[in-house]
Amino acid sequence: MSKSIENISVASHDNNVLDGIQKTGISIGLIGLFIMALALFNINFPYKGIWLTASIVAVFGGIILYANRTYLNKPEGIKNDGIMHSSLTNKGTLAWMVGIILTSFYVVLYWFPKYLGLNSEGGANTGIVAFFDPLSLLLNGKPASQWFVYGTLYTIAIVGLGYKFILKYRHNKYQLVRTISVMFFQLGFAFLIPEILEKLNPEKAYFAKDLKNMWPLNYYFFNDWHLKAMIEGGNLGMFMLLFGIAMIFIISPILTYFYGKRWYCSWVCGCGGLAETAGDSFRHLSSKSMISWKIERWMIHSVLVFVFVMTIAVIFTFLSNNPEMSFITRDQFIGGIVIFLTVFTTALFLFKRKDMDTDAVYTMVTLVVIIIISLLMNYFSGNQNILFIDSNSLREWYGFAIGAAFSGVIGVGFYPILGNRVWCRFGCPMAAILGLQQRLLSKFRITTNGGQCISCGNCSTFCEMGIDVRSYAQKGENIVRSSCVGCGVCSAVCPRGVLKLENDSPGGRINANEILLGNDIDLMDYVNNK
Amino acid sequence: MGFINALFLSMEHIVIIGNGISGVTLARHIRKRSDAKITIISAETKYFFSRTALMYVFMGHMKFEHMQPYENDFWKKNNIDLLEGMVTEVITDEKQLLLADKSKISYDKLVIATGSKPNKYGWPGQELNGVTGLYHKQDLEALEQWAPTTKRAVIVGGGLIGIELAEMLRSRNIDVTFLVREKSFWSGVLPSGESKMINRHILEHHIDLRLDTNMVEILSDDNGHVRAVVTDKGETIDCQIVGLTAGVSPNIDFLKGSAIELGKGVKVNRFLETNVKDVYAIGDCAEQHEGIDLRRPIEAVWYTGRMMGEVLAQTLTGNPLQYKPGHWFNSAKFLDIEYQTYGWVWAKPKDDENHFYWEHSKGKKAIRISFHKETREFLGINTFGIRMRHEFFDKVLTNKESVDYVVKHLAEANFDPEFFKNHSKEIQKQFTTEFIGTKTA
Repeated sequence: MSKSIENISVASHDNNVLDGIQKTGISIGLIGLFIMALALFNINFPYKGIWLTASIVAVFGGIILYANRTYLNKPEGIKNDGIMHSSLTNKGTLAWMVGIILTSFYVVLYWFPKYLGLNSEGGANTGIVAFFDPLSLLLNGKPASQWFVYGTLYTIAIVGLGYKFILKYRHNKYQLVRTISVMFFQLGFAFLIPEILEKLNPEKAYFAKDLKNMWPLNYYFFNDWHLKAMIEGGNLGMFMLLFGIAMIFIISPILTYFYGKRWYCSWVCGCGGLAETAGDSFRHLSSKSMISWKIERWMIHSVLVFVFVMTIAVIFTFLSNNPEMSFITRDQFIGGIVIFLTVFTTALFLFKRKDMDTDAVYTMVTLVVIIIISLLMNYFSGNQNILFIDSNSLREWYGFAIGAAFSGVIGVGFYPILGNRVWCRFGCPMAAILGLQQRLLSKFRITTNGGQCISCGNCSTFCEMGIDVRSYAQKGENIVRSSCVGCGVCSAVCPRGVLKLENDSPGGRINANEILLGNDIDLMDYVNNK
Repeated sequence: MGFINALFLSMEHIVIIGNGISGVTLARHIRKRSDAKITIISAETKYFFSRTALMYVFMGHMKFEHMQPYENDFWKKNNIDLLEGMVTEVITDEKQLLLADKSKISYDKLVIATGSKPNKYGWPGQELNGVTGLYHKQDLEALEQWAPTTKRAVIVGGGLIGIELAEMLRSRNIDVTFLVREKSFWSGVLPSGESKMINRHILEHHIDLRLDTNMVEILSDDNGHVRAVVTDKGETIDCQIVGLTAGVSPNIDFLKGSAIELGKGVKVNRFLETNVKDVYAIGDCAEQHEGIDLRRPIEAVWYTGRMMGEVLAQTLTGNPLQYKPGHWFNSAKFLDIEYQTYGWVWAKPKDDENHFYWEHSKGKKAIRISFHKETREFLGINTFGIRMRHEFFDKVLTNKESVDYVVKHLAEANFDPEFFKNHSKEIQKQFTTEFIGTKTA
């Protein structure tokens, strides 16, 4: 053992030690959560409304107190001190504990909601679901469901920890505006408006009322029960159906062309919203290795194909069973899909082949050919299962494997272990579609500032999507990656002002240079234009 | 195949001493153009890491592996041999290197890219435990070891590394006294407005800044560890770490006694050749016989190291090129304030130069533009807390645009993230008042 000097000072030298006010903040917040946990274990609170209010206020109050103390008494700037030393943010004991609790919560939520106190037989709820009844009755006029509890907690997490994020990045107006946007869309569009609309249309069957939750992130949008509910859902139902389709085919492509996929993924989306706010402390945990990039590309595009196939199948079934409810026939539908796929793939092949890797081109063409052949085979043989497999089981498998297990259990439960964007990076079909467009047809890029990069690696470390930003920046190359959600943190943490998120003309977006700006002009010309 | 080539075609062996940005850039660019055998020798670490990020590892923003820009299998994939060892002697007559473990390595071409070492000016006690620079990986390890038992650190030398070291130590709640020889921080380079702004920012971060103060002596405790420093103001400051950040000088002691001509650094011509055939030097340790343009003969800057690597790779692969750096640029970050500079802005304007200085009311953003008094040619810009486009100023300097052109196009030059407040109008207004004369209303 080496004999280092004994620490005899009274001052603490550990950068992770909390002061009294921070501790008070954390205590108040945890007490709020603890009250909810008591409810979960069937402590029957009298005056539920008051206790519920108290617990929610405590959670917000705790976060606000903690965040104010942590960030407001220091000068504005990057606040990442000690992230790699702390147990919670560096995969230590605390991180595993939080991960296990979150994962268990999701398992119960998706598959055993009765343990949360849900009474699906129509009787009164118990447990934490009953605890949220007063708020649910107030907002939508019905007793709470497990989804209402989840939605409320989700919104509290985004709004509360969004506040913390805003203080942390208060010197950076891009982060400020973006975070206010995700908080607004979660609180308004995902939570309050749907609940209130539910109250105003009490008799109708359930259909999704979150305007921004579009297909394929909302994978059940085209499922037969959902289509029926919308078609029979009066004006509101028809509006949701038409708006949902417009989002997919008109609004999203236009916005993605001008701003990149960030308009959705880090400004509007609820999954992204949670990742950016509650998940901010874990953004550096995403793996930057080449191998994870490879896995990412295979996985996310497989999910995209899965959701696409599933959707074709369920729509076909719906059209077969309910010809009277739809404005197109199933013949037109199959014809339309075949034409769409053919035109889309041909256009990509003709105009964008050079922008894609060879294996990507082959995979895509092969897949489209297989899908078209199976469609035609089944169609002309009169098979009800248009893609060989029963649409119902496809739907159930997708809901189980992707909708629940991947997006919830792994996607959020593993925040403290795998990083905050696991779902967005490896599993979200919406991100896959937007990413394809961002890569091939968009004005968005992250510009590298000439030769100013010092290869320090802050950008790569804090990229939640696992993009090795530095590998581009140090070559003077702009970053045009399908997975980039445009959170802007790489630009924020860069100590030398090298990175800027920009929308500019699509031509020459990548601008790769072997010899960087600042060197011999002849040499730059010689090498870069070779 | 590689083996057979080496045997029969006697493939050229290029040996690079030093795996910093210069040596590694050189190796990568040689590999793009040639199949030559490349060996990089380093005594510091096996794999290349970005020295500039040492501070972020200490502060817990990053881990050591995050500083490595290339995955470990990159070198094998690109057939670049990495050798861990300390070169003790260069025998140019035999084209051989002698290593500390007594092994010998032959080279056909040798590139010296050994970088710098922190200056030590012969202070009494400078070899004690607890005294360190901030340059090598080993410095980081030493700091890690000492930090938990350190209540106060004293940093000597008011430059870019000094302020980084201060920020690092403060991130672990260690009190820092910062001794700066000059009357204001980095005032040999920064004009007074910017320098004072940084002084204020240093104090805001609770760093005990002592301007116009020198260290005289470092005192030891009974175990040979730092106990305190004595300043030229007669004060004794208790401390457990002393950071020596009074500049760096070329790390070339192992070349003394060789046939290679040395000054402060390894003397090289514009082709980066030393006086000995097939021996070259690049990066911090290279010394031009005369400074290029307004540059110093030795440039210990990340960017110039990289640029020399890019150029020499051409020369070594059959396309001889002189080192001709373009327009000067540099950057740094002082705690929370980012700094960029393009072209030349001197701490005191030369006789034929004018300076225009604007500072934001909150005192954390500023720009200074230097221009020629008569011709109004734009000469350079310092920018603090506002990011600017390298490309824009490179073009402006090449085209010898006027200061009026630059002030007019400031918004175009801006590289701040979206939604940031743009101060161009305010700056233009002040410039008009000071250098164009008030317009009649």
